Amino acid sequence: MTSALKKIIYNCKQATFLIEKKNSGKITVAEALQLQIHLAGCAVCRTYQQQSLLINRLFTGFQTKDLKLDEDFKAGLKRRIEKEINKN
Amino acid sequence: MNEEKNGLGISKQLHSDPVSWVEKYADDLYRFAISRLRDEEVAKDLVQDTFLAALSQLSRFEGNSSEKTWLAAILKNKISDFYRKQASRGLNEIRQSETVQQDFFDLENGHWNALHAPGVFGLEINNPLLTKELSGILTACLKKLPPLWYSVFSMKHMDDLQSEKICMELKLTDSNFWVIMHRTKLNLRACLQKYLK
Repeated sequence: MTSALKKIIYNCKQATFLIEKKNSGKITVAEALQLQIHLAGCAVCRTYQQQSLLINRLFTGFQTKDLKLDEDFKAGLKRRIEKEINKN
Repeated sequence: MNEEKNGLGISKQLHSDPVSWVEKYADDLYRFAISRLRDEEVAKDLVQDTFLAALSQLSRFEGNSSEKTWLAAILKNKISDFYRKQASRGLNEIRQSETVQQDFFDLENGHWNALHAPGVFGLEINNPLLTKELSGILTACLKKLPPLWYSVFSMKHMDDLQSEKICMELKLTDSNFWVIMHRTKLNLRACLQKYLK
């Protein structure tokens, strides 16, 4: 077995690093193979992989449509703009 | 072609009416800022800065794009400036959190330390009713991240930027970038797990 292979089979730190690279589409063919071998034998990292993807989905799916600025802030902002205009 | 616009102070020559900005655009700009920043105070500040910057550039706005697009572009620049400032402050934080992260794995062989090994979240994570709750928890977890990490993570995922572009903007090396992405996710995942226990 090559040393690179040996290293990845037992190394969860490296495997989770590769999972992040893979999720961002930057993984090499050799790295993808290493990762696949690691994941085949490591249930904990498989859980990590699922949860990592879940976090990405939650992050990009963040809903803002119910958010609003409070009226006081808006009123203050409006006054400020009017003041700036009148300066000129 | 600029002849008409020489009278800067005369509003009928301008292509924009600043008095109506807050009414028309403030909430949309705020929502955009929040989605990029996840911090209400910073988002408010940047919306205000955007309007004030727009006022000072008003004479140069020629109405080629819509007011809204123009204001959004200014806001995007303000957000990038904010990230850059965070990043220049943040390199120390990488070193500080080195110890925190090493804790996740055995130093010798890179195995998960028992205490930090991911466990199943123990709920139906695909249930749409839970998504909102999980999203709220994630926001709380994001606030605990070092600002630089948040900046990197957000630029990558919200704006779908290439890593090269992020590295250039934040003056990071490629290897720094991947270390931050990895550590960010390890920390977020651990934080979620803590809440879900």
